[in-house]
Formats: sequence, C-alpha cells, structure tokens
Amino acid sequence: MGMKIGDKPFFDRVDDALENDFMRNAMASAQDRLRDKKLDATERDDQIGDWEEWRNAGEEIRRHTLENLDYYLDQLSENFAAKGGHVYFAKTAEDANHYIQEVAKEKNAKKVTKSKSMVTEEIGLNEALEDVGCHVDETDLAEYILQVGGNDRPSHIVVPSLHQNKEQIRDTFQEKAGYTGTEEPRELTAFARSQLRDVFLEADIGITGCNFAVAESGSISLATNEGNANMVTSYPDTQITVMGMERLVPTWDELDVLINLLSRSSVGQNITTYVTNLTPGVEEDCVDAPKEFHLVILDAGRSNALGTEFQSALHCIRCAACVNVCPVYRQIGGHAYGSIYQGPIGAVLSPILGGYEEYGELPYASSLCAACTEACPVKIPLHEQLIRHRENYVAKQGKPKTGEKMAMKAFGVGASTPSLFQMAVKGAPTFLKPFVKDGSISNGPGPMKPWTSIRELPAPGNDNFRTWFKEHKRGRK
Amino acid sequence: MAKGTIHNKDVFLSEIAGKLGRERKKDVSLPEWQHQPQWKVYKNASPDDLLATFRQRSQAKDAEVVETDQAKLMETLQKVVEEYGGGPIVTTNDDRFAEYEIKDVLDNDHTHRWDTALGADNIEKANAANIGIFFGDIALAESGTIVQFNDKDIARSVSLLPITYIAILPKSSIVPRMTQATHEVHKQVESGKDIATCINFISGPSNSADIEMDIVVGVHGPVNAVYVVVE
Repeated sequence: MGMKIGDKPFFDRVDDALENDFMRNAMASAQDRLRDKKLDATERDDQIGDWEEWRNAGEEIRRHTLENLDYYLDQLSENFAAKGGHVYFAKTAEDANHYIQEVAKEKNAKKVTKSKSMVTEEIGLNEALEDVGCHVDETDLAEYILQVGGNDRPSHIVVPSLHQNKEQIRDTFQEKAGYTGTEEPRELTAFARSQLRDVFLEADIGITGCNFAVAESGSISLATNEGNANMVTSYPDTQITVMGMERLVPTWDELDVLINLLSRSSVGQNITTYVTNLTPGVEEDCVDAPKEFHLVILDAGRSNALGTEFQSALHCIRCAACVNVCPVYRQIGGHAYGSIYQGPIGAVLSPILGGYEEYGELPYASSLCAACTEACPVKIPLHEQLIRHRENYVAKQGKPKTGEKMAMKAFGVGASTPSLFQMAVKGAPTFLKPFVKDGSISNGPGPMKPWTSIRELPAPGNDNFRTWFKEHKRGRK
Repeated sequence: MAKGTIHNKDVFLSEIAGKLGRERKKDVSLPEWQHQPQWKVYKNASPDDLLATFRQRSQAKDAEVVETDQAKLMETLQKVVEEYGGGPIVTTNDDRFAEYEIKDVLDNDHTHRWDTALGADNIEKANAANIGIFFGDIALAESGTIVQFNDKDIARSVSLLPITYIAILPKSSIVPRMTQATHEVHKQVESGKDIATCINFISGPSNSADIEMDIVVGVHGPVNAVYVVVE
C-alpha cells in the first residue's frame, strides 16, 4: 500500500475527519495522555538534569551524523558484512522490495513475522511479500489490530491504531478472528498473545525496522515494549532489517543519548521495556538466533533533503512528540494527512519523500504555532520548514489553485484601489445580510465556507474603522 | 567467519556525498561533544543509593525486587520459585550458577538447563516453562533495567518465553544508567573484541498501551519479572 493513505484530495479527507467526532475525541484524549507522560519524563523529571541540555546533545549528534552520512554508512555496512551479514543499499522502495522478495524466494519462505516498522509500511513490503507467496503476520499489537481489521492504515507513528477504541477492536476481533471475549484491553491483549505465540516460533523470516544502527560495530537497535521484536529476531532462520538511511549513530555512546530521547519523548518512559541490540555473527550451534542477517538501507527520497534547507528533517528519530502537541492533528487525526507520516513531521517529510504533487498541501495542515519545534527532542525547526515548503510549493515546484489565484488577484486589485476598497467595506454588511442569524454567520458563502462549516463568524458591523475614525477625529476637534 | 556481501554501496554513498556538496569522506573523527548530560545523572551516588533507585524504578515497572546475600541465595530462590508457581523451569547454561552455589537447587526433573546439543528442543522446553532463570550482566538504576549479553549458552529464550523470569544480579553490577553499559560495549568494540550478537536491555515484564493508552502487562514476552539482588 505504501506511504499514501486513501485517494481523496486533502481537503475532502479533512472534511471527513471533521465529521468524525468519535475519532476526534479519541485523538484528543490520546494526545493529552501522551503529552502529559512525555512532560513527566522530560522537563518534569529532575533526576535527569536539564532536559534542554539533552535536546542539545541530541541535536549535536544528529547534525554531525547527517553531515558525515556517507562515512558512517560505509562504516556500518563494512562492519555488518565483516561479521557475516548481508547489506543491500536500496535507492528506491521497489529496489528494497525486490531484494527482499529474492531473499524470500531463495529461502523458499512461506511464513513471515514482522515487528512494528513504519519504513516497511512506507515501501509497501507486506504486499510485495504476498506477491511472492508469503503470508505476513504483523505482531506489534497496534499493527496486528490494523491487520486483523483488513485495510486499515496507521494514524500515528508510534501507536498506529490510535483512532480505534476498545469496542471497535473487540468487534473486529470477534468478526474476523473468532474472539469471544469482552472489550477489556487485558483480554484483547491476551487474545493477541495466544494467537501469535506459535506464529513467532514457526516463522521462516523475521522482519524488523530499525530505531538506530550503530556504525562502529555493525549493530541494529530496536526499542519496543511488547517483546515481539525479540520473538521476531530470535526464532526465524533469516532476519531482514530495513532502515531509513539516516537512522544511525556513530558509536554506542551516542546510542545511549538517542535511546533516552526516544523513550522519553515518544512514550514517556525512562527506557522502553526492551532495547534489543543485534549484531550478525551468531555461533553455528546457537539455537535461538537467525543464521542469516540482511540489512536493507533505504534512500527512497531521503537524499532529496541532503544539502538543502530540509536536511535537519532527517534528524528525526520518529518519536511523534510533535504529533502529540499539534493542534491541527488533534482536530483532523492521522488519516487526513493521507500519508503514513502524520502531524508536523509528516507534513515536512511527506513532500520530501513523495514530492509536492502528491503531498504539497500537507504543510498547510499547520497553524505555525511552533509547539512542534518546542517539543522536538532533536530540535528540528519544524514550523520553519513548513513555511519553506509553502514557499516552494507556491513559488517553485507547486502551483496555487486557479480559484485561489483569482481570489488573491481580485483582492490585490480591490485593496490597492481606494474606491473599490471603500465599496467592498461598505457593501459587506448588506451583501452578507442573508447569511446572518443572531449576529453571526454559521453558513457563509465562498471563501468563508470552510471557516463557517465548523465555527461561527461574527457578522460585519454597520460601522467600519474608516467611518468610525472620521467621526472620532471630528468629535475631538 | 565468512564475510557477508554488500550491494550498491559505492553508487549509493557517492550520491549522498554529491548531495552534501563534496567528495566522499574517508576519515571522520568524532567531535568532543559540547553537551553530555548523561554522565551527570547519579554521578556521585553510592552503591546503596543506586540500589535504592534501582528498587524504586523496578517496582514502578511491576518488577519485584528481592534482596539477599550469597549465603541465603539458594533459600531465597526456592521461595521465589514457589511463590510464582514452581516449575517447569528453564535456565541459561552459565557457570555462575555453580559459582554462586545454586546449581544443585536447579538440578531436578522440573528444570531444564539450556544445552545447544539438544537443538530446537530447548525452545520447546522454554516455551513450556513457567519460570526462566538467568544472571543479569549489568543493571541500570535509573530505569530498573537488566542488561544481558546473550550467546548460544546464555540463550535469549530464557528471559523471553516463560511466564515469569527471575534475574539474579550481584549488587555490584548496578550502575547509574544506560550510559555506563553502552560505554562498556563501546570499549569492547574499540579494543577489537567481538561483542555479543544480542545485547538485551530488559526492564520489567512485557507490556503495551496500544489499546486506549491503557497499560496491559504481559503481551508477547513474560507476564512477571523478579530481580534477585545479591549483596
């Protein structure tokens, strides 16, 4: 399915979301809880010292790594291969999928287990594997919920099933997986555990994403809570890890800092329950480790940001702290973005990865309040990058809509011609009269429509500033 | 060990260097980081302070902490095993069981000691086990975390498949936070040593908050975690 979610235009998706009160309440409540947990584990945790210094440390490490990305990827791949692992540098999603399909065919694999990974969602790996006869099981609880549900897509980077409540999950499990229990999270979770235990043990290939790779030792680090990533990387004979090319650190010392920033900013934990660090080269007679380890390093549009004003977007560690504070995400939810990467970082990254033609309107899904920039643990200037995207969209690659262009032109003419401007100001109360009820407009025409569909607009008064000012001056004389 | 393969590296990395506006770099030195808050956390904490923090942080994550000394370790372990429902038990194949004189207590019909010669039978036994017992290599006070360096004998399954795991930790293995543990691994890499193929940081039982942000303990991994700290 890839990075894109749905086929509707952006503003239609937003309309759909705004009509879904249930989803919006779920988003607001989840956002509040995630934001509060993050604050408890960061600014309010006096045990870890000054959170700002941690953010500075994170920014410093990410900047250095990205500035020297070719060097550290070289080091990572050489160290990974020196221990017997196989590295494939993939320019595109298709290249990555093709390589993984070839591995699956060579192993005659039928059963594949996966731990949560946004990058494999991005490249549509599940479908690619199904095309070569594999059955793919998602094992992260949230991804499992989406998979059992059919074609549902992620609405949050860290908790992909955030838009579903326990009753919906119960119904899905009952309809599609033979579940007979209640909507209690404990029971639902126990059901997933019972369904997946044998699946883990019988899989031919285990697939993971990568939170961070460590260049100095050729290692992969996975931060999880459920234990599923450990299962996925212990029992199949073949492990395949897919990483975005920017997701690495120079040494284990920097891994510490970034795992701390990630755990605290994403889920408000001082460390996730599991941080599993895997390096190729297991002993021949080892029973619970993969015999073969593949690492796929993916570009898929990331290099578009290198050397540009968007380079620091690649510093992102996918914690979703920006998503959890965004007032626009709160109102429209994840699916309205039309990308598996949502919220402020999604609005910055999606156009970089997928182009302005497809994602050029996403940077407008922001009030530019800068809460995202303040929340980011590696200090990406997200709101500034959203503005740069808007500039590019209008001035360079993109094009404003014809209607918008005409409206702006008309405004330009009207505002620069005193007589026309006067006429418009004076005429506004009369023109809008049919739409006014009890002093406000709730179903306005033309450009007022999007605003008044969700809130009231005060009706223009009969006085306007210019006439008031004239009277005022006369009165003072 | 046979070297693995690398595909498309040069084209890929040259393009990155080109986008960064330069030739490929052949040598890069790590800068002296301006910000290193990690080393200040619990900097002057005594071993007792670290134990107190470890205890508090572990309990906050639903892990039980039991303190004992080497003389009472066998008795303590028996009690904990009983409290959590007894066997079947699986243990790692670790000389420390003999060193700590607890090998005998685990030499019985209910206990399986990991044995690579038995192949996949080990996994079946671990999957059927009620309790897994192993030694932690390093413990982190800040987060109530056990660090395990896994290999073919210190099997990953022992801490993963049973309903309950019991980690035995010498008190001296408690360090302030992840910083000291990752630095230890960094030093191993620098000295040219092969690091463990799985270095596992485990903090309490497995859990998830994926359904309405409600924390449920015991997802795919263990449901209970007990840390036995040995003075």
